[in-house]
Amino acid sequence: MPITVEIPKEKWAGKVREVVLGATAADGGTRAKTVVVGGEATLPFLHFDGAIPHPPALAIEVRDRRPDDWSPLVYEAWGEAMNDPAEWAKAAEKAGADLIVLTLSLTTADRKPNTPENAKAVVRKVLNATGLPLAVFGPGQAEKDNELIVPVAEEAKGEKLLLGVCEDKNYRTIVATAMANGHNVSSKTPMDVNLAKQLVILIHDMGMPLDRIIMDPTTGALAYGIEYGYSVMERLRLAALQGDSMTQQPMIVTPGEETWKAKESKVGEGVPETWGDWKRRAINWETLTAASLIHAGADAVVLRHPETLARVKAMVNGLMSAN
Amino acid sequence: MALTGLQIYKLLPQTNCKECGHPTCLAFAMKLAAKQAELALCPYVTESAKAQLDAASAPPIRLVAVSCNGSKVEAGNETVLFRHEKTFYHKPGLFIRVEDTLGAEGIKTKVSEADSYLVDYVGIKLGVDGFAVEAVSGDGAKFAEAVGAVRAASKKPLILIAPTPEVMAEGVKAASGTQPLLCAADESNWQKMAEIAKSAKAPLAVKAESLDKLAGLTEEIKKAGVEDIVLDPLAYGYGDSLKTLTQIRRLALKKNFRALGYPIIAFPSNGAGVDETVLAAQHIAKYAGFIVLNTFDPATLYPLLVLRQNIYTDPQKPIQVQPGLYEINSPTADSPLMVTTNFSITYFAVNNEVEGSGWPAWLLVADAEGMSVLTAWAAGKFDADRIAKAVKSTGAEGKINHKRLILPGQVAVLSGELEESLAGWEIMVGPKEAVDIPNYLKVMWGEKAGSR
Ligand code: B12
Ligand code: SF4
Repeated sequence: MPITVEIPKEKWAGKVREVVLGATAADGGTRAKTVVVGGEATLPFLHFDGAIPHPPALAIEVRDRRPDDWSPLVYEAWGEAMNDPAEWAKAAEKAGADLIVLTLSLTTADRKPNTPENAKAVVRKVLNATGLPLAVFGPGQAEKDNELIVPVAEEAKGEKLLLGVCEDKNYRTIVATAMANGHNVSSKTPMDVNLAKQLVILIHDMGMPLDRIIMDPTTGALAYGIEYGYSVMERLRLAALQGDSMTQQPMIVTPGEETWKAKESKVGEGVPETWGDWKRRAINWETLTAASLIHAGADAVVLRHPETLARVKAMVNGLMSAN
Repeated sequence: MALTGLQIYKLLPQTNCKECGHPTCLAFAMKLAAKQAELALCPYVTESAKAQLDAASAPPIRLVAVSCNGSKVEAGNETVLFRHEKTFYHKPGLFIRVEDTLGAEGIKTKVSEADSYLVDYVGIKLGVDGFAVEAVSGDGAKFAEAVGAVRAASKKPLILIAPTPEVMAEGVKAASGTQPLLCAADESNWQKMAEIAKSAKAPLAVKAESLDKLAGLTEEIKKAGVEDIVLDPLAYGYGDSLKTLTQIRRLALKKNFRALGYPIIAFPSNGAGVDETVLAAQHIAKYAGFIVLNTFDPATLYPLLVLRQNIYTDPQKPIQVQPGLYEINSPTADSPLMVTTNFSITYFAVNNEVEGSGWPAWLLVADAEGMSVLTAWAAGKFDADRIAKAVKSTGAEGKINHKRLILPGQVAVLSGELEESLAGWEIMVGPKEAVDIPNYLKVMWGEKAGSR
């Protein structure tokens, strides 16, 4: 005898804000298309509880020059394209990326300090090479970030870039230039609900509209801290749905960067046999980290390997098309 | 769901006779609700009240065990939807599917390999939990043979997958002496399947394509005398499995809906166009109790096992190692002295590299309250003071004939202060990542000490 089961539904008070990345000609930019992240009124992919207007965006990280210390597997995947950020971005677009994350390096290919001129030129080149929306992140040192991001923001005025990285010790300059030039910002804090919220408040207090802030709550790789990142994201998302306004920003995380630092991905030799085939293991490392974080609420994930991108994309399609 | 004190009070005799050692029945009820007293203390409670109280105190998701030769996989008895609310308790069992059409040799090879697989993750040995033998042939004798072949190659717990009660009965015979999970009863055969499960004292999985039917079936089966039930909601895609498993967990925890208060079995390779590894990852995070994998491949199993470990750690307690001075590769007085924190992941990352390099070394593990190098540094738990204290308190000084301490590269900034705290010491800054330690030792220590 079947029993009529009444499915308990959640009635959430809040929802995630939508942030538009990129601008087409109609909006004063040059992108072929824009990407909207966020907007969901439910926990990840629980369509029966609420609407999920946009799938999580899958980004590929591209460097302004060939990086020195990435895993040989990633070099193998992109090949020659890694010598030229424009080619690399094109290859990423072809591989199915929704978004390009361009990270600027401390130094140029010839080991000289990176310069505003170089940064501008690279950004222009990448914008010309692809129609995808673009994120541009500094090398992660306050002074250098500011030195490079400000001219980039001016150069790409109107393109609605995502600029980063804003951290509690260094966000004012980047936020100011993003506001002046019509860009979005990424607000990054180390794995803590309150810190995430607080930095969003500080950035908003400067006058940045909330629909132009994405937050990066930081993640760790599988086996290297994912359990913290995963739960911080779940908690942030629950807070957002419960109506806590300053946690309602879409979330971006960087599983690519985190996992390819891990020995499991980086190294093929001299590791235990029980780790299995290097390439499959490494790509699984990135794929499972990204897949888990998407289930925890990520609205954008930044990846490095094209095969990961393909696998995560298939998963996202499955999760979005369901009922 | 637990009853409130008032609800319990209504079930008590309400005579306030004090024999339970409490002044009133209400006081006793309050203690019961707080789980600070045992119902047995009241001699007058009626059988029916007892049954109601027992039922109410049963966990919302039944704990179901599958066992064999003393090894056991338990699933269920979870209490939260999100791990941060408390923790997840029973890791989903990872079972490798073995088809009975594989032939005796094929089975032996596949099972032996998977059975002996053990991988080390921060000092914890992780492996496959058992095997799911499937009667693909539809032939009872063949199925029994396959079960026998699996048992000859492994002592781990079994799941028996058979299409009909007749075939299942053969498999159960071949698995006698163990407690396998029988998979699965459905609308058409549940009476007979339940009979088999009952006489074998084995848990029974139940499948149906809607939750309404599934709930109906579990109730019938329970009435037929089988209490250890596992649910197979036949949800095979990324989206429907997330939806369905979440709904079942919610019903059990939020509504105390007994008919679906059981662990779930998932088959991440049964759906068309899904990636088994990716869907298994979802199942680990989102609510499966048993997961049956088609493929045995260390390159996918290792990440899945680690993910399971990560999701099922108590979010309030980082895994730690004992602070102290550790010896690696039998160090002597000239061997290098390195310092790190007592976060397990950190300790093992460093230990494994040094050990693998063959270098003898002293590894000083400072008490950083179980935090990684940078986290501890940022939280003020891994500073010059603490490190200097660790050097003194562990007697590291007395073990070596040099005064050099190698710092993790991530906290290079500490070297100045440390030189002050440890007068007469040379503070060397090591590499940022543990992978680079062997090379660093070769170049930097080899040069300094000229020996190894
Ligand atoms: C997981 C994590 C946490 C977890 C804690 C996990 C734990 N038990 O430690 C939680 C969420 C609790 C946390 C909290 C905080 N965190 Co935290 N956290 C991380 C994260 C994501 C990963 C850390 C990790 O586990 N790494 C893996 C381990 C194995 O790395 P490791 O210990 O450094 O060891 C490696 C090397 O150092 C080397 N090594 C280790 N020992 C030795 C020894 C020698 C001799 C040598 C040569 C090498 C060596 O080998 C290892 C492998 O290569 C990092 C960011 C990141 N991705 O790195 C931030 C990070 C460390 N956290 C940070 C901060 C600021 C904090 C907080 C202060 C913020 C807050 N939320 O309040 C708190 C502090 C804790 C507190 N007050 O209680 C910052 C530190 C910034 C800085 N440079 O100061 C980081 C870098 C994030 C960031 N980018 O801002 N954090
Ligand atoms: S022994 Fe039973 S009846 Fe007597 S006071 Fe206690 S609860 Fe009430």
